[in-house]
Amino acid sequence: MTFTAPVLQYALLAPILIVLAGALIGVLIEAFVRSSSRASAQLFVAVATIVIAFAQLVRVRGEGSIAAAMSAVTFDGAGVLLQGSILVIALISLFLIADQDNFTAAAAAVPGSLDEREAHQARVRTTEVFPLTLFAVAGMLLFPVSSDLITLFVALEMLSLPLYLMAGLSRYRRLASQEAALKYFLLGAFSSAFFLFGAAFLYGYSSSLTFAGIEAAVSGGAGNDVFLLLGIAFVSVGLLFKVGAFPFHAWSPDVYQGAPTPVTAFMAAATKVAAFGAILRIFYVSLGSAQSQWRPALVVIAIATMLFGSLVAIAQKDVKRMLAYSSIAHAGFLLSGVIALSKAGLDASIFYLFAYGVATVGGFAIVTLVRDSAGEVTDLNRWSGLGKRSPIVASTFAFFLLAFAGIPMTSGFIGKFSIFSAAYESGNSAILIAGVLSSAIAAFFYIRVIVLMFFKDPVEDGASVVIPSALTTTTIAISATITLVLGIFPAPLINFIASTAVFLR
Amino acid sequence: MNPNNYLYVASLLFTIGAVGVVVRRNAIVVFMCVELMLNAANLAFVTFSRINGNLDGQVTAFFTMVVAACEVVVGLAIIVTIYRSRRSASVDDASLLKR
Repeated sequence: MTFTAPVLQYALLAPILIVLAGALIGVLIEAFVRSSSRASAQLFVAVATIVIAFAQLVRVRGEGSIAAAMSAVTFDGAGVLLQGSILVIALISLFLIADQDNFTAAAAAVPGSLDEREAHQARVRTTEVFPLTLFAVAGMLLFPVSSDLITLFVALEMLSLPLYLMAGLSRYRRLASQEAALKYFLLGAFSSAFFLFGAAFLYGYSSSLTFAGIEAAVSGGAGNDVFLLLGIAFVSVGLLFKVGAFPFHAWSPDVYQGAPTPVTAFMAAATKVAAFGAILRIFYVSLGSAQSQWRPALVVIAIATMLFGSLVAIAQKDVKRMLAYSSIAHAGFLLSGVIALSKAGLDASIFYLFAYGVATVGGFAIVTLVRDSAGEVTDLNRWSGLGKRSPIVASTFAFFLLAFAGIPMTSGFIGKFSIFSAAYESGNSAILIAGVLSSAIAAFFYIRVIVLMFFKDPVEDGASVVIPSALTTTTIAISATITLVLGIFPAPLINFIASTAVFLR
Repeated sequence: MNPNNYLYVASLLFTIGAVGVVVRRNAIVVFMCVELMLNAANLAFVTFSRINGNLDGQVTAFFTMVVAACEVVVGLAIIVTIYRSRRSASVDDASLLKR
């Protein structure tokens, strides 16, 4: 038996490899740099890593290959756009994560114990969060470009495992944070088991692990259809869990609420881009010919997700839970781009993912600013009258909410318009009706928060807004600018996406 | 022996694991049930490898084992931390976050 060495196109894999190298350097910094200078060193390495990876991505953007790492990674236009979005979102989230006031000093210490108090008094900082973020980013970069089932599974775990840990690092309300980590971990592991079992059946059906091989088997139609159906169903469960679609959403409100807010921001935005990237690739590239098997089910899930997310969000009294349910509704809107199964659907999904991700990071960044002596205030009642005391912060938050609602002049409007028109052109008017209906419901609860902030009097134990640090200000400024610019001049990005976004198969 | 029987065993193991995750209350046991599901998937991969006559499925089984080992490290860390805070590893006790 002879072994042939694999051929790897390092230039195309470089963005992922650079981020992994940065993460490893971060681990070494933990071990060798004095604790007083660790945080600044970590931030510098993390930001430099993301910037270099982005520069490399720009350099190779025009190239494409279905064999970037044998058949395991496909590097193509859609992959470039998704990876670019993830890197931008990761960069602005990093500034937010670097504001260490949100993280516990000693994650391993029992809450309320002497160890914890000593660590706080010694001003120990949780710098491990930087390498963890970079490992998660590397997984996210790999996820939407994987083109075989093993790589997809490994990337899924690579992005999830650091996030499980990061969810448990909150400084305030630590028990709730640990609970969020436990729930995220148990349900995440449960769903990846479903994914893997489904992958086994897709392999059994097509006798190949690569997306191209599965595509060939699906369009040839030779295998056992029961295996195909089981495979599609179980793989979809695993992927839909990651984006928080309706029957598999149970983890997301709890985790969004319990996790430290910067981590919530990063997870909500970047995971969604990566997971939808993978969903788009697997459904467009390898299961496109079997659309009659999955499309009806996905239409039902998309409609249920939109309506459920918008309706339940109305009843929420906690701002992070409200944003969690709103992100469930957005997952439903994004699924209509998958269902469209057309070039227009792909373009619209990529634009929507980028616009929504950036606005999400900005929205959660504002949430970190509203505090009292015991940490963040997420109870919406105590936000009332915020606009009278801190007009700038409140109006920026209102702007992000309007972007989520899809009001013209924000990126959210362009995103929603293009994704619904793509779904309609592909003949899914049910999706269109449900989408517009749930957008209207969603607008109701976004605007309710705006009314609460600007037209109600402040309550007695109301929250106050802390002076944002330079890092948090950067995050908010960048995301607000992108959201506004994409709302007014979307054409350059839309044209770029339209000319670039293709799936090589 | 008909290799399909192994698929039945894999499905049975997977179902036992999934039911266990839903009905058991101790976080460690829930986690063991997840591991059972992963191993059921492994068995399915190896069986399909035999049926299809190529080695891809067996290679996947190795990847799964490594990933499952990583998951154990992270998962037990989280479960031990929460046990030390609460003196309990029951998933019902962890209910601070609003339903």
